[in-house]
Amino acid sequence: MKKIYGVLAGVLATIVVVSFAFAADPLTINGAGATFPYPLYSKWFYEYSNANPGVRFNYQSIGSGGGIKQITAGTVNFGATDAPMTEESMKKLPGPILHIPTALGAVVPVYNLDGVPAGLKLTPDVLAGIYLGKITRWNDPKIAELNKTVTMPNADIVVAHRSDGSGTTDIFTNYLATVNTEWRAKVGRGPSVNWPVGIGGKGNEGVAGVVKQTPGAIGYVELAYAKQNRMKVASLRNKEGHFVTPTLEATSAAAAGMAKSMPDDFRVSLVDAPGKKSWPISGLTWILVYKDQKDEARGKAIVQFLKWAIRDGQKMEAALDYAALPKPVVEKVDKALRQISFRGKSLY
Amino acid sequence: MARKTGENIKDLVFERTTGAFAFLVLFLAVLLFAVLLRESLPALRKFGAAFLVTGTWDPVLEKFGALPFIYGTVISSFLAILIALPLSVGAAIFINEFAPPWMKTPVSFLAELLAAIPSVIYGLWGIFVLVPVLRDVLMKPATKYLGWVPLFKGPVYGPSMLAAGVLLSIMIIPFILSVSREVLATVPQRQKEAVLSLGGTRWEMLRIVIGQHCIPGIFGATILGLGRALGETMAVTMVIGNRPEALLSLFQPGYSMAAVIANEFTEAVGDVHLSSLVLIGLILFAMTFAVNLAAKAILTKMVARASRGI
Repeated sequence: MKKIYGVLAGVLATIVVVSFAFAADPLTINGAGATFPYPLYSKWFYEYSNANPGVRFNYQSIGSGGGIKQITAGTVNFGATDAPMTEESMKKLPGPILHIPTALGAVVPVYNLDGVPAGLKLTPDVLAGIYLGKITRWNDPKIAELNKTVTMPNADIVVAHRSDGSGTTDIFTNYLATVNTEWRAKVGRGPSVNWPVGIGGKGNEGVAGVVKQTPGAIGYVELAYAKQNRMKVASLRNKEGHFVTPTLEATSAAAAGMAKSMPDDFRVSLVDAPGKKSWPISGLTWILVYKDQKDEARGKAIVQFLKWAIRDGQKMEAALDYAALPKPVVEKVDKALRQISFRGKSLY
Repeated sequence: MARKTGENIKDLVFERTTGAFAFLVLFLAVLLFAVLLRESLPALRKFGAAFLVTGTWDPVLEKFGALPFIYGTVISSFLAILIALPLSVGAAIFINEFAPPWMKTPVSFLAELLAAIPSVIYGLWGIFVLVPVLRDVLMKPATKYLGWVPLFKGPVYGPSMLAAGVLLSIMIIPFILSVSREVLATVPQRQKEAVLSLGGTRWEMLRIVIGQHCIPGIFGATILGLGRALGETMAVTMVIGNRPEALLSLFQPGYSMAAVIANEFTEAVGDVHLSSLVLIGLILFAMTFAVNLAAKAILTKMVARASRGI
């Protein structure tokens, strides 16, 4: 019996010591949301906390929809999303919110076709035609006339798409709806849609799995995913009529092309962006923060972190296959950060 | 039971405590049902009973129906039982009655090991091994020669209702196998010897003892397997093709109830979308509940008949 009390006392003492250690612990900032920027944010949080031991982050990558729900309910200090909030969902918020762009992503068509090298040329209408189920064979004249140097195989096109709701699908369907009127009328855009044809794979890895395992398949995945898995990537004709291969530079170019017409709240889509070098299926990812912070110390820490993220943080993007924000956009974001305040006083 | 004061205070406390635990289980089930019902109310109000027979699933227009998912869950689970039942009962008979002793332990150990593999591993194996093999060896020749049969109509993609059914059957074999073995082992040795001593063959012996003794147990094992198949999520979504359409051909992609919830719940932004997903969960809950209730009723009858027979 004595032994047990001894052990119990030991455990209690440990708990007390540990809780004191936590009490003296740095400020913890809680966030939740998009999965797409999660690898980048993890790196940022790690590097930032190393340089600023007073702040620590806790981020849950539960998806953009979840991030919006959590920030609306006020259970986290910041949210993260790949799709800007709609007017309707912003009405449910307790106060005005800011969309702070942090990085750029690109969605790319990938395919599995023996005898056809990477760089298959596609136009917006051909891509939409394939996903509408109107172009069903690889040797369709509409594809063949774009790719005169290769012999297109006489094979069925197997269309693959995401089965889970995702920001990737939102960007992809937003693109198709922007460039193709039939797609806009029949299908529309969203994190999940009613696909006219095709089979669904869960996550980037699911779509990649279908494409890799099925001869004649075409799918869409995030640029980073296609690069890391060395998949055959198509090139696409952009708004200005140039065929572009998806790269980080081409993605940043899309944001630069939109910089002039970027609205002050940054709730903008980068699909079909102007610019000769722009990759047309690009998108921003945002961190959501309330304009009026309730806690001065926390609010200040968030602003300091975001200031760092759009400056030093941008240098870490390329290594992780994210495209950095172009300079004009960074300057604009910097101005927006000054609006974050505590009781009317800017926390910048 | 007469209750005395003093020493029986302990008994009373014990009884009440365990009673509370039992009540907690009941309370959890009721709570689960209540929450599912409350959260699915918006969809119930909007679509009503038509939800069960509507085939459209359009998150953009917010038009939802559960038919393709109910169909996919039922067909893939049925297919799984169809394959797994004869296989596992056959294997159980062999292991118990014919297998040499050195084989019994490793085979049954490996079979039970199959039950411990996480379903996502089954799913990955499904994508990379099962689906390509089924596609090239079975589905392509079948559509070529038997394509006029509606069940085998092409085109062949790979991920399909058939792939889901086969994968599920592999996942439930361990359950049916091990319970069937237990059931076979309960047959008294004397009865088996009696049949043999009357000049019966082994086949006759098995037919008689299984017919008399084991049918209820094997039925119970099947229901256990069915329960697992109905609710399986991860492995199914990885091979079924996730296409919300109720198609007759087994080679075409389909969708299941558990899979659509797992796929769309995190990013469902619209209230009706979210509520429709919860409603599908409620239907799945009701379905598994009904299956278990029916199984219980059938089992009671079977046991009664079996005991009368002896």
